[in-house]
Amino acid sequence: MSLATKEVTTRGAVAVRSVDKSYGTTQVLHNVDLDVAAGEVLVIIGPSGSGKSTLLRTINHLEKVDRGTISLDGELIGYKVRNGKLHERRESEILAQRTDVGMVFQNFNLFGHLTALQNIIEAPIHAKGIAKATAVARAKELLARVGLSDKADAYPRQLSGGQQQRVAIARALALDPKVVLFDEPTSALDPELVTEVLEVIKDLAKSGTTLIIVTHEIGFARDVADRILFMDGGRVVEEGTPAEILGNPRNERTKSFLSKVIEPAFNI
Amino acid sequence: MPPAVKTTQTHAGQQPATEAVQEPNVAEDDQSSAPNSTAPNSAAVNYADYAVVAARHPWRWVGTVIVAALAAAVLYSLVSNPRWEWGVVAQWFTAESILRGLGQTLKLTVISGSLGFLLGFILALMRLSSSPLFSSVSWTFSWIFRSTPLLVQLLLWYNLGYLYETIRLGVPFTSITFAEFQTTSLISQFAAAVLGLTLNQAAYSAEIIRGGILSVDQGQIEAATALGIPRWRRSTRIVLPQAMRAILPTAFNEIIGLVKGTSIVYVLAYSELFYTVQVIYNRTQQVLPMLLVATIWYIVITSVLSIAQYYIERHYSRGALRTLPPTPLQKLRSFISTHAPIRTTASNTASNTAPKGQP
Repeated sequence: MSLATKEVTTRGAVAVRSVDKSYGTTQVLHNVDLDVAAGEVLVIIGPSGSGKSTLLRTINHLEKVDRGTISLDGELIGYKVRNGKLHERRESEILAQRTDVGMVFQNFNLFGHLTALQNIIEAPIHAKGIAKATAVARAKELLARVGLSDKADAYPRQLSGGQQQRVAIARALALDPKVVLFDEPTSALDPELVTEVLEVIKDLAKSGTTLIIVTHEIGFARDVADRILFMDGGRVVEEGTPAEILGNPRNERTKSFLSKVIEPAFNI
Repeated sequence: MPPAVKTTQTHAGQQPATEAVQEPNVAEDDQSSAPNSTAPNSAAVNYADYAVVAARHPWRWVGTVIVAALAAAVLYSLVSNPRWEWGVVAQWFTAESILRGLGQTLKLTVISGSLGFLLGFILALMRLSSSPLFSSVSWTFSWIFRSTPLLVQLLLWYNLGYLYETIRLGVPFTSITFAEFQTTSLISQFAAAVLGLTLNQAAYSAEIIRGGILSVDQGQIEAATALGIPRWRRSTRIVLPQAMRAILPTAFNEIIGLVKGTSIVYVLAYSELFYTVQVIYNRTQQVLPMLLVATIWYIVITSVLSIAQYYIERHYSRGALRTLPPTPLQKLRSFISTHAPIRTTASNTASNTAPKGQP
């Protein structure tokens, strides 16, 4: 995707610096460095257990890092600098920071007891203090944008997987985030429902919001990504444009991974 | 039924007459599809025109008869045996003293029940909190109040004045005092009853609520956290309503238990329903009828609670089920409409089919 067709934005630059993260004795992130420019669409690929999801979850502080820092538009996530020390932020500040980072989960995680509309307006009203009428109007706009205007009053269980994920995307966008994180957004979907979700994300990619997408949909990655990152064993192995990574991978591990996930008919 | 006969006649040549007589609806279907079905007896049978006959359940009828006979026998003995003294029951059932006792029972249940569940909710959150102090205080609370008999707890609270003559409000470990009370004047029978029942109820409901909270998918909390929704709102708006489905059946068990459990405060000579009944039968010696009076009132309260439970559970199953099952009232209405006398159906059929049938 060429940057020329995009709206130009100056917000949503993410910087990950020397991040380490372990669960018990297993180190899942090794000294990860990553810069995502404002408005960039970054796709992260890699085998399962390579730390892709963990990296995403550190960006909105769902996981604390053991070492290193993450910042959004120059502001450290979860910490602030005072007298040459990193002070942990108070919970209310962390919550406020999270409203700048939208997240879309593999299993949708829509609130089952709330309708689609209620799911979308919950955070704007109670995390950002937006007036209910404003939040409802915005939610209806977003539902229209993901093609679900008629489903405002439906409960998640009354929706198909693809519809649920589109509501989840609308819910993430309702906070007007600087960055949206997608954690394998189509992995839990039936094949025929994948396209409708990917179309919504593609549309979003044109809007100029910074997107970081973990996915196994290589064809989609090629279409939508400005840059692709290949991770393995908690390290960034290789990064580059879709053409470089998918068409001409230099690293052996990248080559072997791609040969497994790209079906023959898909080859460039 | 003239219409049925009429339709039978028009189709006499095509359909066996018996079928049409049995089920007037069939005649209607036949009529509409009549132009298409040229040869009904040919190899390609169109089953769409056939009436569906429901399966028969003869053993269900046998079972029904046996159970009905047993129920009738029990009812008969209740009515015919004079020793039940139903006259006495009727005489005392709405007596003023009984109603006053009933009011006290309800008051104790409502106050201890709501305070108990509120405290239980806080204890459950403490138990699940990441603070080891909160969690161990909550655990210890449940441990103590679940391991001691309620009777002992009640007597202990009532006799608190013996252990501590005065209760002082002030700064601990200093002589600064804001207020001081005589314990005996502070702890009345009512206060001791509410204190005992509430704390005991809190210990049990804490575990029930904790179980409900644990049953909610972790992804829900994660999503709420990622959206920046504050902790208290997350607990009350996202987690608790979904935990309710698991909490409610057991919680209503507890509340129904509490209604009858309040009878234990008779040890404090507190005049709730059961104590009142005892006082009366000690005077009149009509023990069984008076116990029946209390029992029937407990049954009434429990029945009302059970109906409330049904509708509250239904309320909290919104979103958990694709479509809510019909309420008993809705079931009754649909039963009446589907089992309406055939006459109306037949006349409808006639008015619909008659014009078409004529040519």
